[in-house]
Amino acid sequence: MDARTDAARRTPDLLLEVIGINKSFGTVKVLKGCSMSVAPKETVVVIGPSGSGKSTLLRCLNLLEPVDSGDIVFQGQPITGEWKNAHRIRQAIGMVFQNFELFPHLSAVENIMLAPLKVLGMSRADAHDIAVGLLRKVHIPEKIDAFPDELSGGQQQRVAIARALAMKPKLMLYDEPTSALDPEMIREVLDVMAELSAEGMTSVVVTHEMGFARRAADQIVFMERGEVIETASSEQFFGGSVNERARRFLDQILH
Amino acid sequence: MSLALMFQYLVSPEYVRGAMMTLLLTICSLFFGILVGLVIALVQEGGTRIGRIATLAYLWLFRGTPVLFQIIFVYNVLPSFGIRLSAFVSAVLALSLNEGAYMAEILRSGLQAVRKGQRVAGLALGMTGAQVMRHVVIPQAARIVLPPIGNQMIGMLKLSALVSVVAVEELLLVSNQIASANFRYFEALTAAGIWYLALTTAFMALQMLLERSLDPRRRQKTRPMSLTERLLGISGEPAVR
Repeated sequence: MDARTDAARRTPDLLLEVIGINKSFGTVKVLKGCSMSVAPKETVVVIGPSGSGKSTLLRCLNLLEPVDSGDIVFQGQPITGEWKNAHRIRQAIGMVFQNFELFPHLSAVENIMLAPLKVLGMSRADAHDIAVGLLRKVHIPEKIDAFPDELSGGQQQRVAIARALAMKPKLMLYDEPTSALDPEMIREVLDVMAELSAEGMTSVVVTHEMGFARRAADQIVFMERGEVIETASSEQFFGGSVNERARRFLDQILH
Repeated sequence: MSLALMFQYLVSPEYVRGAMMTLLLTICSLFFGILVGLVIALVQEGGTRIGRIATLAYLWLFRGTPVLFQIIFVYNVLPSFGIRLSAFVSAVLALSLNEGAYMAEILRSGLQAVRKGQRVAGLALGMTGAQVMRHVVIPQAARIVLPPIGNQMIGMLKLSALVSVVAVEELLLVSNQIASANFRYFEALTAAGIWYLALTTAFMALQMLLERSLDPRRRQKTRPMSLTERLLGISGEPAVR
């Protein structure tokens, strides 16, 4: 308890702080003492080889996975043990998935409206206005009544981003948002994400897209085998002032 | 052969009562069958090891013996253990327990067909578990299970004729009794057949309305079930056994 209040006091200006979290699935240690911090309006890109625990880390941040130990402080509040209020905390944290996970029984606009209607209790008219505005923001206002199976992968992912934004989150989490996309559609999704970052949407992005990291990231977190190996500003990281393991990973991925 | 007599039977109070009894048997058995099926499906999905073994034993027992046997067993054997039930309650009990075994499989397939990622996406939007069930999982599962449940509804209506063996005054027993009094089998049984067709037709219409209300957009996209398939219940799970 003391450690938590301590942590909250230490860094009042951070939106999110992760302090030494551990997580195991059975006997496999997936996260080993991971720490990171996210300031408001910052975009943090988490990179690293497959199986390094990036996605698990992301899922711990909005309590989709319980951590074994360590602390997560969101908006100055320790949330690690808040299981009863997990849904309330998640209302302030948007998430975008690799496989989009749009609701197939709802049209694009209904997908976006669902949470504002059912979670926030917003009126249909207000929720509709928000949804229309968000579809314009992700550049597909004409797909308002389309169902997910009538949309391309890139369009589906943009609707999914709009759906997350409809809850007016303080933080957006992207879990490999372009990994399931055909190459020609990756750009349209990354552009939307970069625009949101530029507008000051605080984001944590797990991705293999180094171009996006270079373009939009304020901070790079490099993970390997469940550990945070390196935390650096984008300039430092791509400027080459990183440690050996991160450099090796960069060499592999850039060639 | 007398159409006038047939028509007279058709609208006679005995037949109307018999048809209503058939309908009541069907609705009660379906209702409890779905409840039983839901419990079994949920236990199999997320229950303990013992629960899963128990439900497997249940499925093995009730799908492995004829439903006619189950009806006669419940009616004749339970009283020797001191459990005395009316013919109607015995019939509903046997039909529900039998139906539950089939419903469990249908409901389970529906719940399983909704990908885990869908639930996670709902949770990530800040919904509670119950809201995710209500707004994300059930609408999708319902659309998947509705056609096979429709088959079960029609199958159950026809299955209910079996309980005539324990003297529940349903449609078949009524018509058989009337026919054996004067040997006008054609008129008596045709009248019963028309009642059965009317009831199954009503069920089919209900199923179509439900499917339509669940999915206003896609009803042209899914393969339409032909009338014979609906009547015979030959699409998907076998409804006649």
